Amino acid sequence: MIPISHYLTLGAIIFIIGSIGVLTRKNAIIILMSIELMLNGVNITLVAFSYHLADLTGQIFAIFVVAVAAGEAAVGLAIIIALFRCRATVNVDEIQLLKW
Amino acid sequence: MLDYIWLVPTFPLIGVTINGLLGKRLPKKLVGLVACGALGLSFLVSVIIFFTLLHLPPEQRYLEKVLYTWISSGAFRAEAGFQLDPLSAVMILVVSGVGFFIHIYSIGYMHGDKGYARYFAYLNLFAFFMLLLVLANNFLFLFVGWEGVGLCSYLLIGFWYERKSAADAGKKAFVVNRIGDFGFALGIMLIFSTFGTIDYSEVFQAAPEKFSPGALIITAITLLLFVGATGKSAQLPLYTWLPDAMEGPTPVSALIHAATMVTAGVYMVARCHVLYLLAPISLTVVATVGALTAIFSASIGLAQNDIKRILAYSTISQLGYMFLGCGVGAFSAGIFHLMTHAFFKALLFLGAGSVIHALAGEQDLRKMGGLRRNLPITFPTFLVATLAIAGLPGFSGFFSKDEILWEAFSSPHGHFIYWLIGIVTAGMTSFYMFRLVFLAFFGSSRIETDRTHHIHESPPSMTMPLIILALLSIIGGYAGVPHVLGGANRFHSFLSPVFSGHHGGGDVVDPSASTEIVIMTMSVLVAVGGFLLAHRMYIKRPEVPAILADKARWLYQLIFNKYYVDEIYDFLFVNSIKNGANRLWQLFDVRVVDGSVNGIANLAGQGSSLLSQLQSGYVKSYAASILIGAALIIGYYVLR
Amino acid sequence: MINLSLLTPEIIVLITALIVLILDLLPWRGRKVLLATVGVLGTVGALLITMGQWDLREEAFYGMVAIDNFSVYFKALFLIICTLTILLSINYITRGGIDLGEYYSLVLLATFGYMFMASGTDLITIFLALEILSLAVYILAGFMRHSPKSNESAFKYFLLGAFSSAFLLYGIANIYGVVGNTNLKDIAQYLSQEAALKNPLFLAGMGLLLVGFGFKVAIVPFHMWTPDVYEGSPTTVTAFMAVGTKAASFAAFLRVFFYTLEPLKGQWVPVLWLLAAVTIIFGNTVAIYQKNIKRMLAYSAIAHAGYILVAMVAGNDLGSSSILYYLLVYSLMNLGAFGVVIIVEKKEEENLTISDYRGLAYKHPMLSAAMSLFLLSLAGIPPTGGFVGKFYIFSAAVSGGYVGLAIIGVLGSAIALYYYLRIIVYMYMYDPEKEFLDGPVPFFSAAALVITAIGTILLGITPARILELAHYSISYLGH
Repeated sequence: MIPISHYLTLGAIIFIIGSIGVLTRKNAIIILMSIELMLNGVNITLVAFSYHLADLTGQIFAIFVVAVAAGEAAVGLAIIIALFRCRATVNVDEIQLLKW
Repeated sequence: MLDYIWLVPTFPLIGVTINGLLGKRLPKKLVGLVACGALGLSFLVSVIIFFTLLHLPPEQRYLEKVLYTWISSGAFRAEAGFQLDPLSAVMILVVSGVGFFIHIYSIGYMHGDKGYARYFAYLNLFAFFMLLLVLANNFLFLFVGWEGVGLCSYLLIGFWYERKSAADAGKKAFVVNRIGDFGFALGIMLIFSTFGTIDYSEVFQAAPEKFSPGALIITAITLLLFVGATGKSAQLPLYTWLPDAMEGPTPVSALIHAATMVTAGVYMVARCHVLYLLAPISLTVVATVGALTAIFSASIGLAQNDIKRILAYSTISQLGYMFLGCGVGAFSAGIFHLMTHAFFKALLFLGAGSVIHALAGEQDLRKMGGLRRNLPITFPTFLVATLAIAGLPGFSGFFSKDEILWEAFSSPHGHFIYWLIGIVTAGMTSFYMFRLVFLAFFGSSRIETDRTHHIHESPPSMTMPLIILALLSIIGGYAGVPHVLGGANRFHSFLSPVFSGHHGGGDVVDPSASTEIVIMTMSVLVAVGGFLLAHRMYIKRPEVPAILADKARWLYQLIFNKYYVDEIYDFLFVNSIKNGANRLWQLFDVRVVDGSVNGIANLAGQGSSLLSQLQSGYVKSYAASILIGAALIIGYYVLR
Repeated sequence: MINLSLLTPEIIVLITALIVLILDLLPWRGRKVLLATVGVLGTVGALLITMGQWDLREEAFYGMVAIDNFSVYFKALFLIICTLTILLSINYITRGGIDLGEYYSLVLLATFGYMFMASGTDLITIFLALEILSLAVYILAGFMRHSPKSNESAFKYFLLGAFSSAFLLYGIANIYGVVGNTNLKDIAQYLSQEAALKNPLFLAGMGLLLVGFGFKVAIVPFHMWTPDVYEGSPTTVTAFMAVGTKAASFAAFLRVFFYTLEPLKGQWVPVLWLLAAVTIIFGNTVAIYQKNIKRMLAYSAIAHAGYILVAMVAGNDLGSSSILYYLLVYSLMNLGAFGVVIIVEKKEEENLTISDYRGLAYKHPMLSAAMSLFLLSLAGIPPTGGFVGKFYIFSAAVSGGYVGLAIIGVLGSAIALYYYLRIIVYMYMYDPEKEFLDGPVPFFSAAALVITAIGTILLGITPARILELAHYSISYLGH
């Protein structure tokens, strides 16, 4: 029996890896993937809690999160494609027309 | 009739609506007629109300007319309502009356200005807010008028926005007033949290019951309110905007200096006399600030050469008198001086406007002289106003100023020093006002030749108000002839229901009548002395001032340069920063052109541009900001 | 109980969004106005039904959605915002070449999300509502597909929005782990035990919720997206999200923090105190420097979030009802101000700097008068609604004992007047140099301006009734 703290730590680590990815990566698509990673870190936490508490809410929530993540990915990719058509780049460091 | 009190502010509001929306399409005559008619009607209503009030027995001279409940939620209630009592009756008379004459005068003065309709709309709006201010029955409603007049003054001072100096002056007035309003707003909130209400009658009733004199919270409230008053009424140290406010059209100066705006602070202090009497420290502060302002700005007035600037400093000085009166507990004396001052100061400004009008815009006294023959109406009226402000017996200023000086001497809150400062100021006032008259109207003409052919007396629409105001400047004082001179001081007994139960001054026949006579004689002597000195220096031996200025060079320079206050602000806020080795401060080092006021504005501007550099445009730095914020919050919760 | 009929307003909005999508397929040239008309009809219909739900205290979907006065108040507000946005958009999106049917559809869908933000009583519902509205608004922000700025703003909003909702989600997960449920009622129940108040996992979850909501309502330091997104998005969308998203997020924020997390007040008040102070100072200071009017309004929106936080910190009766009141006033005056910007704006980003407004008063006196009114209200000058709202908030803070915060707030709004007045000065005190509009003011936009202007004045002159409503609505929370 693996104690719940292991799962929670895993979830937290994945969440942190994801957020570090958002901060360090240049490619917009990789940043998008990092965000998905963060969401999945949360999912692990949710499912772990759900199992631990013997309560289904967490798993249902996790499924909702997966659905939302799919929606976000769809919209996000569309936005990135539109951006690429317009600016011919997906490097976030070059996308800074709006500032100050 | 009293129920129609709401008509008083309504008429100017109608005027604003008509001129503001349709002004451009209306013929000029109609614009002027609408604006003057609006204020004229509210003056008429004020007069009727005043006499109705006079016919009631004194204890019934009070009416609260609630229009509707403005704000109400749980324990919090505020009404949109008017309060009519002798104090507000006097104020609406002064505001609408003097305002009305200034409106009429403006028809002639602003004739030919392209912003004619806009000007009258602002003017009416100004009067509206001022009337609201004096009629309000609670602090929040008062604040509506308070903010409103500030806004209007900003618009009117900057009316000739093409001139940079005018725009700057407007900005300065605005910033200083914001500092004052800041204190005032906090004062109101403190009142609310202390008393749970902002209604005058409830607050003033609860205050003496809940608090003993000297209570800390009351002192805090009154001091905060007084911060607001110093901003609005141009007292030390927030006075710097008023001299610069001369950049507006002259009738506007008359309106700001005489009838509206600057008197708001005095009115407010008088209105809150219950609170102030509970806070001896605040009273001392009010009196001291008033006295210091009076002598300070009067001495600046001694050496100025711009006709309007002299009048501006004299306004600040006279406002100082009013605060001195209030500060020694003689509230009705303060209000009395407010009224007489409104008459003669409006007259002085309108007279000065007439002179400037005749000389096609010349404001420098050194380029005037001998005008008394050219301006047969302006000159005598101006002279009357000068006699009144100098406090020569028989004119209105004599009675009101004398009452304040006597109170400063004899009141339990007074002190010998206050009286001394007051009387020295009186001497200075007399001197600089007669200096102005002599330089402008007597002697030989020093007018530039290309302006001489232009000189003419102003049209009747401008001279009529002068004559009426001159009459008022003479007879206005007889409303308050002190007992010692055999008068009944009717003004005081009229106001006594408002200030009843407190030492208002004058109504008790003082046992030391002989002292009062002595004090009075001394102030007359000082006024005459000022006149004689001015006469000697500027009529008999015109070379004296130059010699004097030469001999006491440093003193003259000091006064002429207004004690270098603007420069001191410059020094404090610019140079000390400049010399500092700290690089960070260098970033904030801005050319503080005109005192600390602009300095604050510029500082904010620099800070603004510096802070907005944070907004680099990089998504990653934005995400980092979120992450850091999140980490700090989580850290706070988990590690604590 | 599912009680689907209680959700009629939401369903109407949803169906209207779908109808608009279908109608857009009609091969008929005049269909654009038809789409807007259908949209307005749908929202007004939903508004009427919502109003009929006043004083109905029901729950739907097994306690995941509540129909209480609090949610009715907010839903009515969102539907008004939606209607006004559609009115303002009709002419603008034609001019901007983005008059696609999806536009109205997305506005309606976002409104659908807003409505659930106000009525959700389960963290799952709130999260889903947040995502629904966010996805719709992300797309709207990038609706000008050919404009680099619009694209960039959608991109930034999307990335940061998804990033911050991950935090929110993580917070929910932690709270779920501690409580064992996501329903607000159960969480409140859990917090009624003394020992629960110190659970670090729960507190961390609360902190993460704060981050998520803080991002949406734009409080420092989670505000960085605001100026960029506001500047780059189509102006109608900016207006819509400036008021709609902010009000919706505050609705959920309030419900969670004011009602559910009330026992933890001692924990979140100090944090919000600090955030409010920083937000007010930062927003107002930086706004001074701005040259682009949309950007300036963005910083002003940040500052306003700070004012509302002041009321949250005050936390008393006065403070809570003042939030609802202030959000209504804020929506009207801000929509009005943006409405003028929308009317004056031309293609290719023209007429968007503050100095472009020079002399507007001489060409369009009514438009300038309306703009002055909105700006003065934003600055809190009497007798406008903004003044009453601000006074209300700051006196709540003073009577709640937070004098320091009230001082900062009053000081902030003193600074604020400076940058609002700058626009008025440009409009009135300079001579016009050009023509502003190509034609007369479009009818529908004018109608929206008239509604907002009347609302702004009325809320200043006779606020009593609305204040009572607000008070009544919030006092229902959780009782």
